[in-house]
Amino acid sequence: MTEPGPTSARLVLDGDQIARACARMAHQILEANRGAEGLVVLGIPTRGVALAERLARAMSEVEGVEIPVGALDVTLYRDDLRRHPTRAVGRSRLPVSVDDAVVVLVDDVLFSGRTVRAALDALGDLGRPRAVRLAVLVDRGHRELPIRADHVGKNLPTRADERVRVRLREVDGVNDVTISSEEATSGATAPPAEEKGER
Amino acid sequence: MRHLLSAADLSLAATTEILDLAEEMAQVQARPVKKLPALRGRTVVNLFFEDSTRTRSSFELAGKWLSADVINVSAKGSSVSKGESLRDTVLTVAAMGVDALVIRHSASGAPGQAAQWTDAHVLNAGDGTHEHPTQALLDAFTLRRHFRRTEPDRETFAGKVVVIAGDVTHSRVARSNLLLLRTLGAEVVLVAPPTLMPAGVESWPAATSNDLDEVLPEADAVMMLRVQRERMSGGYFPTAREYTVGYGLTRDRLTLLKPGAAICHPGPMNRGLEISADAADAANSLILDQVAAGVAVRMSVLYQLLGGEDAPTPIRGEA
Repeated sequence: MTEPGPTSARLVLDGDQIARACARMAHQILEANRGAEGLVVLGIPTRGVALAERLARAMSEVEGVEIPVGALDVTLYRDDLRRHPTRAVGRSRLPVSVDDAVVVLVDDVLFSGRTVRAALDALGDLGRPRAVRLAVLVDRGHRELPIRADHVGKNLPTRADERVRVRLREVDGVNDVTISSEEATSGATAPPAEEKGER
Repeated sequence: MRHLLSAADLSLAATTEILDLAEEMAQVQARPVKKLPALRGRTVVNLFFEDSTRTRSSFELAGKWLSADVINVSAKGSSVSKGESLRDTVLTVAAMGVDALVIRHSASGAPGQAAQWTDAHVLNAGDGTHEHPTQALLDAFTLRRHFRRTEPDRETFAGKVVVIAGDVTHSRVARSNLLLLRTLGAEVVLVAPPTLMPAGVESWPAATSNDLDEVLPEADAVMMLRVQRERMSGGYFPTAREYTVGYGLTRDRLTLLKPGAAICHPGPMNRGLEISADAADAANSLILDQVAAGVAVRMSVLYQLLGGEDAPTPIRGEA
C-alpha cells in the first residue's frame, strides 16, 4: 500500500525492508549489549519515537523481558534555534531514570549529526548513563560533527542537496524511505514533512 | 508572538501550545539539572514598579532555567524613586541591549505603552486593574490538569463553569482569566458585591451575580479574588466581617460545592477574609498547584517569545 511519492522520488526502502532492517538492528543492539540488561531505548521525535518503539518491541520479543522505551525531544538543545522562527517543542517522556543505564538513542535519518549532538546534551542534563549508543534507520552521510552511529539500518550515499524522506505507518500511514533531489520537491504539494538533519 | 500584553492576544491554538509546552517545562522542574540552554545569550529584565514575590521570582527562575541572564529592577532603590519617568526608565534599560522586559506597573496600560517605545519583547506581569495574562495562563494550566484527572483527553474547557468571585472591579486577574477562560470555551460567572462589580460589566462575555450561594453549586471551579485593600479608597463594603459573610469562601460554603470542584486563589491570600483556612487547605484546593505552575508556564511563554530568530529590528528612531 505504498502511495507514490513525488515523481522524481526514488524508493530506497519499502515497508518489508524497513521491517527487516529494524529486526536486524534489534539483534545487533542485544548482541553488542550481551542481552537486555540496563537497556533504555529513547526515540527522538517524531519518527525516532516510532522506530524506538519498534526496536524495543522486537528486542522484548527476543529476550522475553520488557525493555523501557521513551521519547527525548531535543528542540530546546538545538544549536540553530536562533536561525528559525520559534520551533515547536515535542514531547519527552522518560520511562525510567537514565542513570547507569545503557541508553540507545534512535532517530530516522543521521545527517549533519547536530540533532544527535543536541540529544547528547539533553541526556547529560537528565542523568549519567553508563553508555549511550546510537541507532538510525538511514545514515546518509555529510556529517558536520564527530558523531557516528553504532547501528545503521541502511547506509545511503547521497548528495548534500538531496532529500531523504522516511515515512512510518505510526506517523504517516505508510512505511517507506525515498530520496529525491531538491529541485523536484521544492514547491511540491507534499506537506513539508519534517526534514531530517537540516543543516 | 512579539509581546504578551493581554490574554486577548492569545488564540485557542496559541494558548494550547503554551500550555502543552508548559507541561514539558514542568518536567524540567522535577529533574536534577533544572536548566535548558534554549535562551542562552538572551537577557531578560524584570522591571517591577509594584511589589511582588511570586510573579517576580517565578519570572526570574523561568528565565534562569532557560539559561537567559535575568536582572531585577524594582522601583524602590532605583532611579524611579528619584523621579525618572516610565519612558526614560524603559529606554534606559532597553539601551543596554536587553531582549525582553517583564513589566509590572500600577498604571493600567503601562506595558502596552512601553512596547511602543522599545524593540524588546514586552511581557505584562500585571498592570493596574487591567490585565495579568501569565496568571491567567497558569490558572488555565492548573485547571486543565485538574480536569484531566478525570477526563484525560480534555483539550478545551467546553461545558465547564468557572466562578470568579470577589473584588472584580480592581482585579486584573479576573479580567485576564475571563478572556482566557472564554477562549478555552468555559462559561464564566462573575460574583461580586454591587460596589465591587465594575461599571459596564454587562458588555463582558460573562454572567454576573451578587449571590455567591446561588452560583456555587454550578461551579466546576471557583476562583476567589484577593480583596485589594491597597487599591481601595474605602467605602466598598462596611466591614471585613460583613464581606466574609456575603462573599468569603467559608467552611459552610464549601458544602455547596460539587464534589471535586476546584478551589483557586491567585495569592497572596487574606485568610479569614475572602477565603477561610478550611477552603484554602481543602483537598480540592489548587492554590499551591497554581504557584508551582507559575515557573513552568512562564518558561513556556519566554520560549515562545524569545526562542526563535530575532525579528528584523528597525533602527530605533526617536518615538
